[in-house]
Amino acid sequence: MAVMLGLIAAWELLVRAADIPAYTLPAPSLVAQTLVANFGSLAGSWWVTLKITFGALALACAGGALIAAVFALSPTLERALFPVAVVLQVTPIVAVAPLILIYVESTQAALLLCAWIVAFFPVLSNTVVGLRAADPQLRDLFRLYRATPWQRLRLLRMPAALPYFIAGLKISGGLSLIGAVTAEMVAGAAGRETGLASRILEASFRTETPKMFAALSLLVATGVMIFWLFNALSRWLLGPWHASESARQL
Amino acid sequence: MHLPQTLPQTPPQTPPLISLHQVDKRFADGLQALDSVSLSVSAGEFVALLGPSGCGKSTVLRLAAGLESASSGTLSAPALLPGRDSQTACVFQEPTLMPWASVFDNVWLPLRLQGRSRADAATEVRQVLASVGLADFEQAYPAALSGGMKMRASIARALVTRPRVLLMDEPFAALDDITRQKLNTDLLAWWHGRAMAALFVTHSVAEAVFLSQRVLVMAARPGRVVAELAIDQPYPRQPDFRHSPAFALACRQLGAALANAHEAREAIRPAAREPV
Repeated sequence: MAVMLGLIAAWELLVRAADIPAYTLPAPSLVAQTLVANFGSLAGSWWVTLKITFGALALACAGGALIAAVFALSPTLERALFPVAVVLQVTPIVAVAPLILIYVESTQAALLLCAWIVAFFPVLSNTVVGLRAADPQLRDLFRLYRATPWQRLRLLRMPAALPYFIAGLKISGGLSLIGAVTAEMVAGAAGRETGLASRILEASFRTETPKMFAALSLLVATGVMIFWLFNALSRWLLGPWHASESARQL
Repeated sequence: MHLPQTLPQTPPQTPPLISLHQVDKRFADGLQALDSVSLSVSAGEFVALLGPSGCGKSTVLRLAAGLESASSGTLSAPALLPGRDSQTACVFQEPTLMPWASVFDNVWLPLRLQGRSRADAATEVRQVLASVGLADFEQAYPAALSGGMKMRASIARALVTRPRVLLMDEPFAALDDITRQKLNTDLLAWWHGRAMAALFVTHSVAEAVFLSQRVLVMAARPGRVVAELAIDQPYPRQPDFRHSPAFALACRQLGAALANAHEAREAIRPAAREPV
């Protein structure tokens, strides 16, 4: 935190000392002023971006975990469908976004779909690994006590997969924001429902650099917020038992 | 249709719970883990399987638990009977607790898998936790427990279903000697009160003698039973049993049996080899 404040102070000093014009690099104080002055209009766009980001994240979370559970119960389905997930993952989203925008009528839905494609894979692949990661002796124990497949999934494989799922979620959190912004940049969406990406593009056309930075700072805040959120979630869920959280103090 | 040609000279008081008759076990890679192993354990009996690592002791245990199937021979154990309840409990070398669950939830697990609710099982879980000395730790997570306490929790989980068969696979091998001896004494007390058939795998001669009524000595490659020794000492056995002449004699005899089995194998080996 102190390092961050120091960097911002250094930036402010640099801009003032070197007398850099605001259209090249605005000082943090000017960015803050611009943010406050334009908050009314930026907040609407921020809300749009937040909706797409968290919508995609929620779908990635549910979809990734659900598909992983289906794969866990049916290895045949996994062999058949995992390559499809890989294809979705390796295709650059900027390249597919124009297609999706053609096929999907609602721009919002198209943006959501783009962000989801970027975000769901880490959750899926991590959870698939996690569901297989249960201790073999614990699996023997469940066999000895004649657990049903559902009991095995719920009481053994899902808790064992939880640390993997959360690691995937932490990656997906950042990716869903990237996906939402990238898709909107490609869409070049205009009109009433525009997100922060459109505002950055718009400000760039008008060389309103302080406004670009103001919108950018909201994106950064969103990303950091998601990161904190998942760290808190991880500590809450894994803190009492998992090494990744109990080793934090060392 | 025909009667068996020879009847047993002295019929056992109770029919064996676990019995293996000329059981072979060959793994998919061709490795012969067991060669014609026969043994039986009756209700209320404590039998130790003693042998070096790799002699198939654990495989015998996994067969009795129904976790592996025999390649040939006949095998009967409660764990192989159909039904919801296997009446068999297993304690592994590792405590094998679920790290995400409290001690209470770990011990509740076998009852939970039988469909018993937490409230319904609570009395039994608390009782067994108290008997292994973990009454104050039911809310603790396994990571917060010492090695000996984790093993106590693991044994509590095994006892909570009141099994007829208790299978143990070197459960104390990773513990320090003081903890191990204490747990040996406690284990006998827990077993003695419950009339279970106990099959205990170990590579420690002293542990086998201290715990069991019968010790079966196994040799490796292929795994087979090469000697059997009865330990005629009454229960409850106290720690000073370890310093008695009878204890020393039994240890010597078992040590000799283990050495014999090893030498016999060494003697066979060169002859079995192809000339280079």
